[in-house]
Amino acid sequence: MEKLRVEHVTKIFGKQTAQALKLVEQQKSKTEILEKTGATVGVYDANFTVNEGEIFVIMGLSGSGKSTLIRLLNRLIDPTSGKIHIDGQNITSLSKGELQNIRREKMSMVFQNFGLFPHRTILENTEYGLEVRGISKEQRRLKAEKALQNAGLLAYKDQYPSQLSGGMQQRVGLARALANDPEILLMDEAFSALDPLIRKDMQDELLELQANVQKTIIFITHDLNEALRIGDRIAIMKDGKIMQIGTGEEILTNPANDYIRTFLEDVDRSKVLTAENVMVRPMTVNIENDGPKVALQRMREEEISVLIAVDKQRQFKGYITANDALEGAKNGLKSVQSFVKTDMPTVDSTTVIQDILPIISDSPTPVAVVDEGKLRGILIRGVIIESLASSSQGGELNE
Amino acid sequence: MNNFLNNIPKLEVADTVENTMDWLTKTFSGLFKVMQTGGKSVMESVTALLTAVPPIVFILVVAILAFFATRRKFGLPVFSIFGLLFIYNQGLWEQLMNTFTLVLFSSIIAIVLGVPIGILMSKNNVAENSIKPILDFMQTMPGFVYLIPAVAFFGIGVVPGVFASVIFALPPTVRFTSLGIRQVPKELVEAADSFGSTGAQKLFKVELPLAKSTIMAGINQTVLLSLSMVVIASMIGAPGLGREVLSALQRAQVGNGFVAGLSLVIFAIIVDRLTQSLNQKK
Ligand SMILES: Nc1ncnc2c1ncn2[C@@H]1O[C@H](COP(=O)(O)OP(=O)(O)OP(=O)(O)O)[C@@H](O)[C@H]1O
Ligand SMILES: [Mg+2]
Repeated sequence: MEKLRVEHVTKIFGKQTAQALKLVEQQKSKTEILEKTGATVGVYDANFTVNEGEIFVIMGLSGSGKSTLIRLLNRLIDPTSGKIHIDGQNITSLSKGELQNIRREKMSMVFQNFGLFPHRTILENTEYGLEVRGISKEQRRLKAEKALQNAGLLAYKDQYPSQLSGGMQQRVGLARALANDPEILLMDEAFSALDPLIRKDMQDELLELQANVQKTIIFITHDLNEALRIGDRIAIMKDGKIMQIGTGEEILTNPANDYIRTFLEDVDRSKVLTAENVMVRPMTVNIENDGPKVALQRMREEEISVLIAVDKQRQFKGYITANDALEGAKNGLKSVQSFVKTDMPTVDSTTVIQDILPIISDSPTPVAVVDEGKLRGILIRGVIIESLASSSQGGELNE
Repeated sequence: MNNFLNNIPKLEVADTVENTMDWLTKTFSGLFKVMQTGGKSVMESVTALLTAVPPIVFILVVAILAFFATRRKFGLPVFSIFGLLFIYNQGLWEQLMNTFTLVLFSSIIAIVLGVPIGILMSKNNVAENSIKPILDFMQTMPGFVYLIPAVAFFGIGVVPGVFASVIFALPPTVRFTSLGIRQVPKELVEAADSFGSTGAQKLFKVELPLAKSTIMAGINQTVLLSLSMVVIASMIGAPGLGREVLSALQRAQVGNGFVAGLSLVIFAIIVDRLTQSLNQKK
């Protein structure tokens, strides 16, 4: 169901908005407009809808208008033109009092630098939204404590924000927003100030939360990985304009223009690189021809202790180890077939590194890359790690 | 050239101001009279009340206050005890109480007027731009000048003294209140707005608490400025330590002048430290 609809919304900061508007329509650049009129284009002609229960991510580089756009949604910034509907109600025409009610009941915001009030305790911060609604003291205490409990921060309720770490502060920021039980959550770079590990935890928490209580979430980030991880759909902005809207998959596979293509190159390689990009040539042994002595000879030459077993059609059959080959040679076996092991994990060549990493870290052997039964290569942990680390020159890997 | 300049008739600025003053004095004479007699009797009773307190009790109360206000340090309490005992010893106790009343009333009135004006200035750019030059004017004008309208409106005595002090001491409270509120981080103001706060809720729950220490710095300055008007106000008959200083000056009594001046300094230091310590975080 449609929760939020943004129609032709434009925000121009400054005085000569009419003239600036004319210039944007003529496709003039942001700097040119600023020079000519002194006005800044914050957002230009934004159009999108967000469905109930959806996480809608807005991303773009610094200055692209993300914060402006999200603030237009709760009218912390008033649009120069355009309409914003929430549950079918046009909020651009609301009176001050009506707007306050919408803010109190329908939506809450989470801020990049947490936006916690330094003179209020954690509990008092969490109560704030309920307090301004005029909810009785006991009631709001109860609700705020519950929200803090869910965030695992009840023990800190009498502390002040400055006594908490960044991650904890943002949990409070989220708890404060949720204590109000809003239908829409507006999150402006809510996790950007946190360090990467905590950030990932928070993303997980948000996804978990979303699985439990379905909110409509507008989430801003400049981090593509974050967008891909949590977004149901993603909008990419540039210079105040929305360039493309789609699922992560759609945008990755079908970028609308060169700008987005360049933008995407920034993406975490573990989500882009596939097995094919990082696999190495396998040392094989042919189970139909080769005996243990040949296998041992090859291992010695290549200084390895494992060979991949294949048949004449290079169908993947398993692997043999140096120990078994030695044993087999001692016992005078003619073929390696009797001691081929089959417990080597396999992936196909399109598997992304992110999914390979857990497999390879659990496996004592390398991982085989197999397409339709046929051996393509093997994956060695060292090589994968290296390919991630050297992501900056990783361009060739895609070839 | 010279001729040309001389041909311009003298602008009647002084006359205009005088006429306006006359008009004000006549039109509001009833109001001013009420303020004069009412204010005088209120302040005289406060002074009488303060003087009725045995000095030793007064001194101990100040010392205990100082002790807790400075977070259990001994410096200020000890200084207060010896300083106040010295003033008592010099026979200036009643004058001190008069000065105290004058400073108290001027400061309170300045704060009661100044904080709301400051709030208005912080919220409204038009108000900011029109009030700021007035404040500059008020601060650069020598304090003596305010005695003239004070006398015209109220005659002589303590009430015109308070009037002149209030005008002189008002600007820092106004300025710092406006500054403090404007300095509240934008994100916090947005947070308050985003939860649907009304203007008053935002002001009292977020902006004023966060601007508090800046406002207190302004109030501290206001108190000290009103103290600095004590001597000047004595010229129009306001009683207190200032009058001692003034009469010593008129009679060229160096010794008496020194003692009265020193008493004022002691009082100023106590007041300054006490108001400052209110501002420190627990
Ligand atoms: N109050 C304002 N007055 C004038 N210009 C503004 C104002 N707020 C934002 N802008 C301008 O609007 C444009 C978009 O700013 P916005 O803050 O929305 O960008 P952003 O995408 O959130 O960037 P960041 O990633 O740095 O937060 C910028 O060019 C900015 O300078
Ligand atoms: Mg931003």
